[in-house]
Amino acid sequence: MNVLVFLVPVALFLGLTALFGFLWALRHGQYDDVDGAALRVLDDSDIDREPPFGQSEGP
Amino acid sequence: MASIDLSHYVSRGSDGEAHIDLAVDGIDCAACIHDIEAGLGRLPGISKARVNYTLRRVAIDWRDGAIAPAAFVEALDRLGYKAYPFTAGAAEAAADAELKRLLRALAIAGFAAMNIMLLSVSVWAGSISDITPETRDFFHWLSALIALPAAAFAGQPFFQSAFKALRTRRTNMDVPISIGVTLALGVSLYETAISAEHAYFDSAVMLLFFLLGGRTLDHAMRRKTRAAAGNLAALKSETAEKLVDGVAITVPAAALAPGDTILVRPGDRIAADATVVAGESGIDESLVSGETLSRHARPGATVYAGTLNRDATLTLAVSATAGHTLVDEVQKLLDKASQARSRRVILADRAAQLYAPVVHLTAALAALGWTIAGAGLHQAVLVATTVLIITCPCALALAVPAVQVVAAGALFRRGIFLNAGDAIERLAEADTIVFDKTGTLTLPERRVANAASYPPDLVRRAARLALSSRHPLAAALATEAVGESPIAGAVEEPGRGVRAVIDGIEARLGNLAFCDVGAPPDGDAADSTIAFRHGDVTAVFAVRQVLRPDAAATVKRLRGAGYDCRILSGDRAEAVAPVAAALGIESWAAGVRPAEKIAALEGLAAAGHCVAMIGDGLNDAPALAAAHVSLSPISASDLAQAEADGVFLGRSLAPIAEAVAIARRARRLMTANLAFSVIYNSCAVPLAIFGLVTPLLAALAMSGSSIVVTLNALRARPRDAGRALDGVAVQLPGAAAA
Repeated sequence: MNVLVFLVPVALFLGLTALFGFLWALRHGQYDDVDGAALRVLDDSDIDREPPFGQSEGP
Repeated sequence: MASIDLSHYVSRGSDGEAHIDLAVDGIDCAACIHDIEAGLGRLPGISKARVNYTLRRVAIDWRDGAIAPAAFVEALDRLGYKAYPFTAGAAEAAADAELKRLLRALAIAGFAAMNIMLLSVSVWAGSISDITPETRDFFHWLSALIALPAAAFAGQPFFQSAFKALRTRRTNMDVPISIGVTLALGVSLYETAISAEHAYFDSAVMLLFFLLGGRTLDHAMRRKTRAAAGNLAALKSETAEKLVDGVAITVPAAALAPGDTILVRPGDRIAADATVVAGESGIDESLVSGETLSRHARPGATVYAGTLNRDATLTLAVSATAGHTLVDEVQKLLDKASQARSRRVILADRAAQLYAPVVHLTAALAALGWTIAGAGLHQAVLVATTVLIITCPCALALAVPAVQVVAAGALFRRGIFLNAGDAIERLAEADTIVFDKTGTLTLPERRVANAASYPPDLVRRAARLALSSRHPLAAALATEAVGESPIAGAVEEPGRGVRAVIDGIEARLGNLAFCDVGAPPDGDAADSTIAFRHGDVTAVFAVRQVLRPDAAATVKRLRGAGYDCRILSGDRAEAVAPVAAALGIESWAAGVRPAEKIAALEGLAAAGHCVAMIGDGLNDAPALAAAHVSLSPISASDLAQAEADGVFLGRSLAPIAEAVAIARRARRLMTANLAFSVIYNSCAVPLAIFGLVTPLLAALAMSGSSIVVTLNALRARPRDAGRALDGVAVQLPGAAAA
């Protein structure tokens, strides 16, 4: 059972990392506009206009 | 459109950056976000333009002086979006901070609950296999290490609220929650210290997590509602033409100061209390007093914010808060009325007032019973604690808020925004609905009342001609010309009317003399008339306030549902009687002053009725505050909206019928949830009293009951929920006709 002495702190550390990740996101306003974030991912104006290799021009 | 001076809304940072928030109408797709941000980004000097899609707002930062803020509004207008300057109120900022605090507490409680449950499940599994006492103690100490700081942080919203309630010698739901959590943690710590078998860290933290979840959703819903209402206020915000050195510049009404000179054109609303300097005109005060007969204002007369200039351009000097007898009376009545209402106790707190003593007494009696039966103090305290944990007000504290969140969401999608948290409960209790007439049962803007008495072809010609005129009466007539084009070559003669040649014959639209038409014999004194002549054919259109399109249907539906509908109007009896007759309402009163409206409501309340007041005028504000519950149309005066419990959008009265139906449904579910909690407790408490509750059972019972009440609350959403009115993409009434 001595392995618990390592494993429990490791598990807690992972949990704490997630918690601090959430608090960091909250502090940086990432929860201010949750509906907008869902739509912004669809915006492709930031990717290269050139068609990728091997793809036709499209209809 | 002349550009508007928006400097009133700009906030400036120390680093030469300026900031403005705009409420934007019409953001409803992913492409809109990019269009707006890219479109604004092309303007010179912009450092940041960010759309908040949830709140339908845009925040813009730019180098101060590089560009005038009005350019943003114009740029958005070119892109096809209407934007309005906006300042977030202090209440909104405080609510945002509170939501963030709750989210932080929720995250901490969630983290702690998950990790402690991991340890607790190991202990429970271990007790039926081969866990050594050392390992169990190690796990319990670890749980304590996580639970104590987490509860100290995440429990703050409850502890603070409980403390505040106790200090004023009241009790609310947070008092038993705080006592339960503190006691559970304390006893568990003691049990851990003496190396005993049972600890309840998981239950205490899970309780906090569930309750914070409910509270956070409640706050998020209210934030969304408040933001939507704030946007609507911004969209409604009025501009004024201020005269600076003889030149008229357009400024927001909020930027006017006493001493400013403003110009008000016919058909425009007067933006501030003021004194007439030059010009004579009829003033429509229906939004202030409910009176539809216009008042004649000469130089030296005082005019009030919110009234409508009917006939001619006026030059006004803005005065400090005008000593209007009606406004003063309304203010005095308001102070009294708001005090009376705060005495009501909300359902959840009434439940808490019954619940807390019963549960605490039961726990004390259980401890006493075990002591008498010969158990030690330790055993007795342990039993008392399990009674408190198992009856944890989890289900009870979620029973009401969960239903409120779902019902408020359903109302939101139908364009009804509630200000007060307990408005749903009060709306459900209403059995009598009192309407104001002007602007509530009738549309806020005037329409042609007798169009049906002329041939449609004639009306269409007159309406097309009206499209070429700026006069407010012509604007009312122009709404009859849907999808028609103006007549080419129409000439407006200011102060008289418009003329044009139609089919080779001259047509005129304007005042009676201009068209050489006699006054109609049976005209109502409150009607304004506009005449039309096309060759020998003549018509006189009466323009007045008409009923909302579905007023009769809605009143019928409400009466069918058992509501007693009444009218209390500040207008004359001759104007109220036909409306009451058209709606089939028998009990109505006309010429009622604000104090008399309150007296009438008090009379109804004394007779045992719960009154829902629906009104829009400044004169209705005290009645709205004094009524059991109140609603205002979005076109209402600012004061009326501030006093009402909720605001509904659109030109239809149907939201009232829907609101009361949703509220009654929500009320039934709240009662059902409370009943379930009582049944659950009466099953669980005997188990706890006899010492049969283990930590595992406590955790299962608590999460089970919470899930049941939450699922039940979801039924508050009516079945046709697909008919979503998402966000605030709603046309304001009046915008179409203006």
